[in-house]
Amino acid sequence: MITLFGVFLLTLLVITTVGIVRTQNLFAAIMLMGIFSLQIAAVFFILDAADVALTEAAVGAGIATVLLLGALALLDDTERRGRRASRLAAVVVAAGTLLILYATFDYPRLGDPAAPVHQHVAPWYIAETPRLIDTPNVVTAILASFRGYDTFGEVFVIFTAGIGVLFILANGADAARRSDLPSSDVQGLRHHLVPRLVGRLLMPFLVLFGLYIQFHGDFGPGGGFQAGALISAGLILYALVEGERAALRLVPQRVLTLLTVAGALLFVGVGCACMLLGGNFLDYSALSADAVAGQHLGILLVEIGVGLTVSGVLLTIFHTFAARERA
Amino acid sequence: MYYAAAAAILVTMVLALARALLDSTVYDRVLAANMFGTKTVLLLAVVAFLYGREDLLDLALAYALINFISVLAVLKFVQDHALRHRQTDGET
Amino acid sequence: MIGSLILDILSWALLIGGGALVFIGGVGALRMPDVYTRMHAASITDTLGTICVLLGIILQAGLSFAAIKLAAIMIFLLLTTPTAAYALANAARLAGVVPVRRAAGEGDSS
Repeated sequence: MITLFGVFLLTLLVITTVGIVRTQNLFAAIMLMGIFSLQIAAVFFILDAADVALTEAAVGAGIATVLLLGALALLDDTERRGRRASRLAAVVVAAGTLLILYATFDYPRLGDPAAPVHQHVAPWYIAETPRLIDTPNVVTAILASFRGYDTFGEVFVIFTAGIGVLFILANGADAARRSDLPSSDVQGLRHHLVPRLVGRLLMPFLVLFGLYIQFHGDFGPGGGFQAGALISAGLILYALVEGERAALRLVPQRVLTLLTVAGALLFVGVGCACMLLGGNFLDYSALSADAVAGQHLGILLVEIGVGLTVSGVLLTIFHTFAARERA
Repeated sequence: MYYAAAAAILVTMVLALARALLDSTVYDRVLAANMFGTKTVLLLAVVAFLYGREDLLDLALAYALINFISVLAVLKFVQDHALRHRQTDGET
Repeated sequence: MIGSLILDILSWALLIGGGALVFIGGVGALRMPDVYTRMHAASITDTLGTICVLLGIILQAGLSFAAIKLAAIMIFLLLTTPTAAYALANAARLAGVVPVRRAAGEGDSS
């Protein structure tokens, strides 16, 4: 029965995607992409992948929509009519699709216990995590400890993205002061009393909830990425209802840059501390006399680093887009 | 009983999607997206109880908060857009 | 025993009722002629449907942490859905979307 729900949602997903591709109005496309993100998060949830669903919700439905709208504000509303579709391209894509569909016939069935992934790697992680790391959430243990190098790489990719955006798009320190629509003395949604009040009421809860998700990541779905997205969502909410300038007064750009750098440095620092204390890079057992306690400490610090970097970069990108004048 | 509620919510999601896809003004689509978000929150709460895993309610809470932000962002964008168009088209 | 039976019946009723209200809201949003009436349909049944569904689940959860989380979800949804509807209607009106009126001669019974 639950599989039926999943299949139903996937069908809706296909319909939404067709809608996104076919529409000429970019704004409608962004709305549909938000709906797409919600659908896929629901599918993840039904497949019992809670961490992924939370990340998809926080990043896809919330932040990505806001950033895309910020980009759309600088452009035209309609998609430029492209060249006429090439027949060769259509044939190549169709052939590729058929090949991929044919390849899926060899896949093991969904949830098949005899699938290769359930024979070697997964049982090892599930068996060893209580002994080595002892956190209830195996996903966080894998993400932060067993596969710490991968997360390390991800943090630096996000960090690089933030730096790239700052290099290419930032207009310098005066960007915020110049970003006024000349005749509008309404900054953000300021003159709407009700959204402003509710926004201001909700913002501390969002930040608090983000912190809860950050530290609760060992026990339930959560962790650094989701927490960073939620905290930056809270500050974006403040920027939306109070105006760009007020938000930059609250958390200036240099604080955001500091957060970004601090998160990445924290990650590297933990790794180097492990090396200095006698273990390998990112081998948290070396951090404390008791190996398991060392793992807990290492995971805590590393997740905090991830959360700092993600929130710093997302807010940087938001402010860079929002502060840009059109053309 | 959870199945019945989940089924009703899923069907409503289809209706909201139809509203978003049919040719309509900007505000219809925003309304559809907002409705879809609220239905997703309810679906998550119902399915979490269906699975018996109540610690997954954190997701529903996150969605409820995120949904609000998207709507406000859209409205701010549309408002700025309308203002800008009114400017570039000349003061009427 | 009888207490839990009453709770179950109540939950059933609330969940089915909530599901029906949510569905009615969806149909209304699709079939109404105008942005404002669609918003009316969607957001009114959104709030009441939400209350019914979440209350039904809370009754099943009993007194536990999950019930507190569900109550928090309900409070946030009740705070944000009407606000979003208000902001949407305001934006639509400011942008000049005019409500559909009946043909002249039928009048309105205000």
